[in-house]
Amino acid sequence: MDMNVPKKKLSLKEKYSHMTRGLDWEPSYQSKDDVYPYAKYEGIKIHDWDKWEDPFRLTMDAYWKYQAEKERKLYAIIDAYAQNNGHLSVTDARYINTVKLFLTGVSPLEYMAHRGFAHVGRQLPGAGPRVACLMQSIDEIRHAQTQVHSLSNYNKYYNGLHDFRHMHDRVWYLSVPKSFFDDAITAGPFEFMVAIGFSFEYVLTNLLFVPFVSGAAYNGDMSAMTFGFSAQSDEARHMTLGLEVIKFMLEQDPDNLPIVQRWIDKWAWRGTRVLTLVAMMMDYMLPKRIMSWKEAWEVYFEENGGALFKDLARYGITMPKCIEDITKEKEHLSHQAWATFYNYGAAAAFHTWTPDEDEMNWLSEKYPDSFDKYYRPRLEYWRDEAAKGNRFYNKTLPMLCQVCQIPMLFTEPDDPTKICYRETQYKDDKYHFCSDHCKAIFEHEPEKYIQSWLPVHQIYQGNCFPEGTDPTAEGFDPLAAVLAYYHMNFGRDNLDFEGSEDQKNFDAWRGVATSND
Amino acid sequence: MSNVFLALQANEDTRAIIEAITEDNPHAVVHPSPAMVKIDAEGSLTVRRETIEALIGRSFDLQELHINLISLSGHIDETDDELTLHWNA
Repeated sequence: MDMNVPKKKLSLKEKYSHMTRGLDWEPSYQSKDDVYPYAKYEGIKIHDWDKWEDPFRLTMDAYWKYQAEKERKLYAIIDAYAQNNGHLSVTDARYINTVKLFLTGVSPLEYMAHRGFAHVGRQLPGAGPRVACLMQSIDEIRHAQTQVHSLSNYNKYYNGLHDFRHMHDRVWYLSVPKSFFDDAITAGPFEFMVAIGFSFEYVLTNLLFVPFVSGAAYNGDMSAMTFGFSAQSDEARHMTLGLEVIKFMLEQDPDNLPIVQRWIDKWAWRGTRVLTLVAMMMDYMLPKRIMSWKEAWEVYFEENGGALFKDLARYGITMPKCIEDITKEKEHLSHQAWATFYNYGAAAAFHTWTPDEDEMNWLSEKYPDSFDKYYRPRLEYWRDEAAKGNRFYNKTLPMLCQVCQIPMLFTEPDDPTKICYRETQYKDDKYHFCSDHCKAIFEHEPEKYIQSWLPVHQIYQGNCFPEGTDPTAEGFDPLAAVLAYYHMNFGRDNLDFEGSEDQKNFDAWRGVATSND
Repeated sequence: MSNVFLALQANEDTRAIIEAITEDNPHAVVHPSPAMVKIDAEGSLTVRRETIEALIGRSFDLQELHINLISLSGHIDETDDELTLHWNA
C-alpha cells in the first residue's frame, strides 16, 4: 500500500479533542437524566466523563479512511478466492464444518454486537466513549457482512449453510452463543461494556480469532483467514476500549469496584463456556492443527490474561475465581464437547466423525494427562462400532444448564469420570446447572435466568415443530419434526462425515480440478 | 515484569514495520506463525514513526498500523511519533 500522508495541521491530541469533546454539547431544555435514562441504575458512579481518553485517539475521518482500505483489501481477496475455486484447496472437506459452525454460531453475534454498541453508544453520557462505541458498532456490522459474504461462497457447494439466521434463533447448540449475547445486550450499558468490551473482546477474543484464523490459513481457507484478520484488526481497537472502560470506572469512584468485579467474574465464566465450541473446533475439526486448545489457553489466557490482572491489581481487581476451575478443564473441554456432538450428530447442521489414528496420536501428545486415559478408548470404540455399521446416534434429549444452556457434559473439576450437576430451588421450581459458577450467576439474578429459552424444554413443550404438526398422530417422529422446524435437511446437513454428500462432492470436484477427465 | 505483545499480519506492508520494531526494541522477541507475526516484549514495546519512514522511504502515519494490526496487549500511549504498549505492574 502506498498511502499519501499529508502534512498535519493539528496534532493527534488536538484533533481528537476537537472531533470528540468539541462536537458535544450540554442539553439545555431537557435534563441530562432524561436524555441518558440508563446511565445510573446499575449503581456505577461517574463524576467526570471528560477524564475518558481513547488511547488510539482515532477520529471519524481517519476511521473511514482506514476502514475503507481494509475493505478494499478484503474484497479483492474474497473475489480472487471464489474465482480460483479456492474451496477446493482446503485441506479436506471436514474443514468446511468449522465454517458452518462459525456462520451459524458466531456471525449472528457480530450483528448483535453491532446493535449492542449502537445502543450503548447512545446511552453513555460521555462524548469520548460514545464516539468509540459508534466506531465499534460500525465495525461489528462490517464483520457480520464480510463473514456472510465470504462464507456464502461455500454455500454454493456445501450443505448446512443455507439458513444460518433461522437456525441461530432455534437450534439447540446455537442457543449457547445466542443466549450469551442476549444476556449481555439485555444488561445495562456499563455491564454490557464489561461483558463484551472487556471480558469478551479483551480477555477472550484472541482465543477465538487468532488461533482459529491462523488455523484457517493453515487449512487453505484464504477467505476465512482474510475476514478473520480484517475483523481482528478492529478488535485491537475494541480491546483498548474494553480496557479503558474498566480503568475509567475504577478511577471514577471506589464504590464501583465490587460491581465491576462481580461483572468480570460473571462474564469471564460466561465467555469461557461459549468458547467450548472453539476448543472443539481447534482440537477436532481442523484437519491440519495449528495449536491445541490447551496451548491457546495457556498463551492467550494464562500468559496474557495473567499480565492484565496483575496490572489491574492496583485498582483492587482480582483474577476471577472461576479461572481455577477453567484451568483444570483445559485438559478435558474439547474432548467432552466433541463427544457430545458426535452423540447428537443427527441433530446438528454439520458433520461429525471420529479422529483418524494420526489425529488421535496428536491429541495424546497434546493432552498427555487426559486423552489416552479418558477419551481415546471411547473414540476407538465408536470408530470400531461405526465400522461394523453401528454408528451411534443418541436419540434422547440432554438436560441443559439454565444459564449457559450447554448440555450437562462437563465433569466435576476434580473428577473427570463424574458429570457435574448442580441445582437450586427458586419459587416453585427446581433449576439445573453445569457448575458452581453458572449456579452462582443464577442465584444473583434469578428473575432474569428463569426466562431462559431452553431448547430441550421447548421441544418437550411442543414449541419446536413446524406449524400444524400433530404430535399425537400415529407414527409421529419427533426428531424429524424438530429438524424440519430448524430447516435442516436430514441426510444432507447432518450425520457422519463418512458417506456424506459433502465428502463425495469434494472428492469428485477436486478430482476434476486436478485431472483432465 | 509481564510481557506486552503486538500481532501483525505478515505481508509486504508489515515487513518494514517489524524490522523497525526489532531495531527499536532489542528486547523484543518475534514469533512468526502462519500468516501472522506475534512480537512479545517484556514491560513495554515502542513503535517509532521515524524508524519506519527511514526503512520505507516515505512519510508514514502511525495510524496506518490499524490496517494490518491483529491484536495487542498492554496499555497504549499514542502520539504522532510513537506508539507505546506497556504494563504498569
